[in-house]
Amino acid sequence: MSIEQSDHSTELTEHPATFPNPGLPPHRPRLGDEDPKAAKRSERLVLLLFTVSVLASIAAIVGYFAIPVDPETGSVGNTRLSTLIIGLGLGLGMLGIGTAAIHWAKSLMNDHDKVEERHEIAGDAETRSTAIEMFNDGAKDTDIARRPLIKGALGGALALAPLPFLVPLIGNLGGDWDISRFKRTAWAPAANGDRIYLATDPTNRRIKASDVTIGSLFHVMPWNLPEHPNYLDEKAKAVVLLVRVDPQDLKETEERASWSYDGIVAYSKICTHVGCPVALYERETHHLLCPCHQSTFDVTDEAKVVFGPAGRALPQLPIDVDENGYLVAQRDFDEPVGPSFWERER
Amino acid sequence: MKALAASRRHRLAPVILMTLALFLTGAVYAALAPSSAQANSASADDIEEGRRLFITNCSTCHGMDAEGSDTVPSLIGVGAASVHFQVITGRMPMDADAPQAGAKPPQFNDEQARQLAAYVATLGPGPGIPGEDVVDPELGNAAEGMQLFRTNCAMCHNFVGAGGALSNGKYAPALDDSTPIEIYEAMITGPQSMPVFNNANLNEEDKRNIIAFLISQREPNPGGFNLGSIGSVSEGVWAFLVGFGLLIGAAVWIGARSS
Repeated sequence: MSIEQSDHSTELTEHPATFPNPGLPPHRPRLGDEDPKAAKRSERLVLLLFTVSVLASIAAIVGYFAIPVDPETGSVGNTRLSTLIIGLGLGLGMLGIGTAAIHWAKSLMNDHDKVEERHEIAGDAETRSTAIEMFNDGAKDTDIARRPLIKGALGGALALAPLPFLVPLIGNLGGDWDISRFKRTAWAPAANGDRIYLATDPTNRRIKASDVTIGSLFHVMPWNLPEHPNYLDEKAKAVVLLVRVDPQDLKETEERASWSYDGIVAYSKICTHVGCPVALYERETHHLLCPCHQSTFDVTDEAKVVFGPAGRALPQLPIDVDENGYLVAQRDFDEPVGPSFWERER
Repeated sequence: MKALAASRRHRLAPVILMTLALFLTGAVYAALAPSSAQANSASADDIEEGRRLFITNCSTCHGMDAEGSDTVPSLIGVGAASVHFQVITGRMPMDADAPQAGAKPPQFNDEQARQLAAYVATLGPGPGIPGEDVVDPELGNAAEGMQLFRTNCAMCHNFVGAGGALSNGKYAPALDDSTPIEIYEAMITGPQSMPVFNNANLNEEDKRNIIAFLISQREPNPGGFNLGSIGSVSEGVWAFLVGFGLLIGAAVWIGARSS
């Protein structure tokens, strides 16, 4: 066959306009079609594969009962073994069926090619014109042009019908639509004017300024925040990172000079890009890295972005020290924390 | 005597002898080995030996008085814990100028590291080497340790301490092989890029809980292969190469003509 083809190609000097349909390749018999021994071998292989499947399934069931994974009696090793046996049994059980069926079909069932002609998708001209005629007759019969009231009622019904589905769908997205909550955090002074202490996260201990040694990193939340009814929601906005750097290294504008205390600065831990916790602090370079997209902020320079996709500096929490030396927030952040949202000004 | 000679051939004899030998070795070791409390209160001899080790091995970079230079940190006031950590993990003496001094087989044994640490501790006050009970994971609460680790450590060291990358070739190392003392010393001294977690931030109990969590991560994982515990990267590679590879192989086999 291949020799014939190569002869053809050497004879052809230019391509014809169309090639004739070469038809199906000639049927070549398989080993098993002519040799009954080979057919028997294939049959035995199919049998073997089905047997593997049967044995694997039985092994999985036996393993399930034989290996205890009860936390009282079993160990971690038992759990691993049980999972392994059940998984292998399940996998081999199905793989055996699959491979046996395919091998059966390929080697024993007939392998004659069958041709199924394709048909045009469109109907013939007569069928189409009949369909269009029926549609037009129906439209004429409704007389919709002369019955505007029905037309309006139909439109209204169609418009309202999806609403019982859509309104709860959107309404259930959130309890309320108070967007101003994005703009304040749990650092805002209490109703009685008490300022909020900085506390360690998650141990909830107040922090003395003298304990924040140079090079220290504190993960901070508002004191007693765990008692808040929406603890996790509030914590997600209010987490803060506290570091102390050498005050000489700190570049502060006039306006923010009173926001830090003796080299101690506090920045929101929520990335201004998409809100990941920015907490990889390199003590030697004073860089803060976001683990999600590698935005890098310079702690000594008002947490400005030095690298990465974040669009804004991290908001700074103005801090102060009370008469006992504990760190306390002067007030809430001056800007919303975290990534941009539709009503944010910048 | 005859009975003893006969029992020498008993099949349990090697086991009993081995047990006795182990007990004897343990007893002799306990009697002779210096306890950590003794090592902490270093003798004048230890300090002198540490000074000698310092002069011969460290002073080239850190200076004869450990005062450091523009590029080399001063060791005055870093404390014994810092020196012990850097030396016992092999980070110091540094063998090449790199973005970060990595762990390697240590050049000094624990006794020498403690002598060096004792000498540097005399130069200025700093955190000391913790005692065994301070870092004993058996006394810690792994569940509370996990909360602390997740907040304070996981962003760099990965959720089970498998380590991770930082910027410019620096990295947070994996904590699989770190001893409890090394973990404690790293927290309290903040080596290289790592910030300091002093006892006001994470107190001794917190630190012990974190150690307990990290040690508990070394137990076998009931979930099977953890593929390095680095999350979607290794899992994705596994799924794409092995999973898709097998599927492609199966598709080729199904489509191939039977002979």
